[in-house]
Amino acid sequence: MEYSEKVMEHFMNPKNVGEIKDADGVGTCGNPVCGDLMTFYIKIEPKTDDLNAARIVDIRFKTFGCAAAIAVASMASEMVKGKTLMDVKNLSRNEVAEELDGLPPVKMHCSNLGVQAIQEAVKDYLKKLGRDDLADQIRGCLESKESE
Amino acid sequence: MIYLDYNATAPADPEVIEAMKPYFNELYANPSSIHTPGQKAKQAVEHSRAILAQFLNTRVDEVYFTSGGTEADNLAIKGLAFSRNKRKKIIYSSIEHHAVMNTCKYMAKFGYEVIAVPVDKYGVVDLDFIRDKIDDNTLIVSIMHANNEVGTIEPIKEIAQIAHKYGAVFHTDAVQTVGKLRIDFKESGIDMLSLSGHKFYGPKGVGALIVKKGLRFDPLLHGGHQEKNHRAGTENVPGIVGLAKACELAQKEFPQEEKRLRQLRDKLWREIDSRIPEIQLNGHPETMLANTLNISVKYVEGESLILNLNAAGIYASTGSACSSGSLEPSYVLLAMGIPAEVAHSSLRFSLGRWTGQEDIDKVIEVLPGIVEKLRAMSPLYKK
Ligand SMILES: Cc1ncc(COP(=O)(O)O)c(C=O)c1O
Ligand code: FES
Repeated sequence: MEYSEKVMEHFMNPKNVGEIKDADGVGTCGNPVCGDLMTFYIKIEPKTDDLNAARIVDIRFKTFGCAAAIAVASMASEMVKGKTLMDVKNLSRNEVAEELDGLPPVKMHCSNLGVQAIQEAVKDYLKKLGRDDLADQIRGCLESKESE
Repeated sequence: MIYLDYNATAPADPEVIEAMKPYFNELYANPSSIHTPGQKAKQAVEHSRAILAQFLNTRVDEVYFTSGGTEADNLAIKGLAFSRNKRKKIIYSSIEHHAVMNTCKYMAKFGYEVIAVPVDKYGVVDLDFIRDKIDDNTLIVSIMHANNEVGTIEPIKEIAQIAHKYGAVFHTDAVQTVGKLRIDFKESGIDMLSLSGHKFYGPKGVGALIVKKGLRFDPLLHGGHQEKNHRAGTENVPGIVGLAKACELAQKEFPQEEKRLRQLRDKLWREIDSRIPEIQLNGHPETMLANTLNISVKYVEGESLILNLNAAGIYASTGSACSSGSLEPSYVLLAMGIPAEVAHSSLRFSLGRWTGQEDIDKVIEVLPGIVEKLRAMSPLYKK
């Protein structure tokens, strides 16, 4: 498996590893094929349901995953820190993969997993605010069939 | 560099390389040529054949050189099927190397019923299952001598007896055992045996199929008369000479080398097992290749372990080298009933001729820290 230097850098020294005890949102996604699992914890300020105002002020993750999954989680967490929930909603797996100078084709789903798990955490936050309607518009984890 | 991936491939021994050298540009003639240099090359091939025969206790005319283990496996199964078309059942194990497994599966296309034999949690094939499925319609039973991923050694003598009761041919892929274990072809009951040079310090791209005298099989490659019409193509003379040298070297180090490797391997397991909680051994605790250690480090993923070891200059693998492009966990471990997430956490160390005490000590020193770091990251790990 050929990984870029960026991937190896984030894999060997991942940023934002850990948990947040009083997180505002928690999201977990897994891929049934490779068995990998990723959980994100986020803190939001200000605590509003305005997607353009609420920002991720802190983010932590844990992953049982391949090197790409770890690198993706680390990179994605850096990319969304300080960003609005709207930015997270619009984030794509390709953007994360590009920031990592690319991923091998079989490893693109690892990038998916990272983006989806962060989105799942945002959904969790919105649901806690009672805004299931807004949460439903965000992608989050895909059904197992499509997640490949 | 600490190379612990000998089951994937081994370096050629310097003596092997020395033995091969003249056959590239001094004794380069074609063994089929009748002039003097041609006959010298021919002698080299036949002398090598005699060395293999002596090494495995076979007849000289039972040795067919091939381009490696994969070709030998293909030649055994397809060659037999193509020459005897009455029997239509093929039995193999669910932990065979792809070279056997995919060949057997392919034969289904030609109307063969192909049956995979399950294994127990140690990777030992279910003999009762074979007894139950085998019949007078069975062409071949192909069960590996030892598994490349976990090292479990199969009860091939018993399997040969079962096969013979029904007139079926017994083939064994002995790619992982030739050079590691003493094999007596005559006494073992094996009808066909595959071996490969690069797994025991010979060159890559050369191997052999041993076929019991009188057993008919068709060639895969048609062309010239080489290998008694069973494998056309100008012989890989340097490779064949190198393979024979590898056999001679292996013969010399029996059985001390096995003992040395077993001690190192056992120490490695003992020490990491005492330093790292929640790891398990995959394979048979006793009937296992002396050089192989397959473990699962629960809650962390195999690739992450390998790449962290790699960064420390330690080269190991997760299961088989061939499957490292796929996302699914090892089919061998799954066949042994190991849960998928534990199979994803597997790590294989395979030791060899140049593995020393200090290499093992380094792994013992480095691995616990790597595991700790990765587990701290794992959502599955709760201290
Ligand atoms: C058990 C087994 N059979 C067959 C092979 C294939 O041998 P070769 O690489 O010589 O084709 C290998 C190793 O690659 C093996 O471990
Ligand atoms: S292989 Fe599935 S997340 Fe990387």
